[in-house]
Amino acid sequence: MSAKRNLILAVESSCDETSVAVVEDGTIVHSNIVASQIKSHMRFGGVVPEIASRHHVEQITQCIEEALTEAKVGYDDLSAVAVTQGPGLVGALLIGVNAAKAVAYAHQLPLIAVNHMAGHIYANRLVKPLVFPLLALVVSGGHTELVYMKEDGDYTIIGETRDDAAGEAYDKIGRVLGLPYPGGKKIDEMAHLGEDTYHFPRAMLKEDNYDFSFSGLKSSFINTVHNANQKGEPLNDINLAASFQASVIEVLVSKTLRAAKEYDVKQLLLAGGVAANKGLRDTFTKVMAEELPDVEMIIPPLSLCGDNAAMIGAAASIQYQKDQFTDYALNAKPGLTFN
Amino acid sequence: MKVLAIDTSNQAMSIAVLDDEKVIGEITTNIKRNHSERLMPAIDELMKDVQWQPSDLNRIVVAKGPGSYTGLRIGVTVAKTLAWTLGVELVGISSLKTLAGNCESSPHYLVPLFDARRKNIYTGLYQWQNGELIQIEDDKHISAEQWAEYLSKKEGTFELIGEDQSLFKDTFERYLMNRVYEAPLKDNLPKASVLGLLGLKEETVDAHMFTPDYLKLAEAEENWRKEHPDQLEEAYVEKI
Repeated sequence: MSAKRNLILAVESSCDETSVAVVEDGTIVHSNIVASQIKSHMRFGGVVPEIASRHHVEQITQCIEEALTEAKVGYDDLSAVAVTQGPGLVGALLIGVNAAKAVAYAHQLPLIAVNHMAGHIYANRLVKPLVFPLLALVVSGGHTELVYMKEDGDYTIIGETRDDAAGEAYDKIGRVLGLPYPGGKKIDEMAHLGEDTYHFPRAMLKEDNYDFSFSGLKSSFINTVHNANQKGEPLNDINLAASFQASVIEVLVSKTLRAAKEYDVKQLLLAGGVAANKGLRDTFTKVMAEELPDVEMIIPPLSLCGDNAAMIGAAASIQYQKDQFTDYALNAKPGLTFN
Repeated sequence: MKVLAIDTSNQAMSIAVLDDEKVIGEITTNIKRNHSERLMPAIDELMKDVQWQPSDLNRIVVAKGPGSYTGLRIGVTVAKTLAWTLGVELVGISSLKTLAGNCESSPHYLVPLFDARRKNIYTGLYQWQNGELIQIEDDKHISAEQWAEYLSKKEGTFELIGEDQSLFKDTFERYLMNRVYEAPLKDNLPKASVLGLLGLKEETVDAHMFTPDYLKLAEAEENWRKEHPDQLEEAYVEKI
């Protein structure tokens, strides 16, 4: 008898991307369809939850069909249906959750509820096998967390942001600089052309914990801009971006490095939308090679940093191995945490 | 033809299974609890109870709105996904028409309504004629006052249907005087069996393209369109 296949149809709809993927063994991506609503939300300068929910309903079955067609699999081949349960926007999550339940019910497949943050971490497993214990820095528009994992499926948050997430700070200062939403990518590009001349504060850098704070940096940035505008002094946007990014990266990298040393991990993973930031990727790669050459660094390709269903399928494959299934009463949990 | 009908457009949740015009089973609850948690377990339970497999179904009928945005999306998402994934027919029926369907023997014009807040209602105008439920006026989002005034210019008598009618009874009586009637209590809740029967006669729709009839733009969208009257609607969602 052949071993049972681990082939998962995964659905993700926690924010402004409708995504469906087919993933095998948590490592092979057969398809990963992502329908992005960013163009719609750009009109409003940020994601509007009601509009996100409406777009998800428009897209959901087409994305599932495309994912199955591209992967060339039928329902009989599938082992389970997985879906992001949270965290995220409740109305958006509900579309994925209910579509996943309908597919699972229609074809009598097991249903797996996945934590979106676990998904971001497991995006790395699509790159390389994970070796434990490991440390993951999860940075996105909604989260900034240092997660310690001693084994598959075991998450301990050893540090997190006390106020704004790193990605949120990028969006907010993007607005101050008059950049179109979302500003993160543009700020990253500008930062590479400029220099750290404004010397913004490095929050909580010296404190004896692994928590982060970005609201002070944001305020300092805004004050600098306002004061200069009031006095009619010229500002160098390129250097402002570079200075802001330098502060964010220094705090993220040094705290993560310190934690990696103290917890004596074998791997360090980057995860989440902000993991697409070139400055952050380059600095981590350089610093890790210099200071912790024995710790393997994994950084997902750009396509797996943003929200996508392949990462949900990767995380779900572990839950499938452990028989961690859920029933049809599954509900969206917008505030879902690891603890 | 084996039909599954689903209505989660407001607080009540109703599902039914029909074999052609014969109602085989129905579950209706009217409690303030999350449809997302309860809809699929209820479908599973009802289908098991009548010993049907998902693959036995030939048609899914869903109440497509208006109603609570979240409620509508839960019912419509489940319905369109089931229909598409099972490769069966999908039919959407107005949630207001579903209510009007309750009052088959009424001699009046039927005015189903849901509270839409800020003194607005979702409503429409229907009438049973020779065993057919005819739509007289399109479903709309309108102030109760305006709707009552509009109806007062029509001849005939009007029956208000829906749990929210008590909120607007005074408004309608002000304009329609003794020409307005309240539906009996038993007719105020949507019944998926009625929805299923109405859905037998309706044209099928493409599951992929099917979305709820919200009858109202999201507020941000409404404001944006006011500020950008010249911008044509474009495809805002892109595969990346």
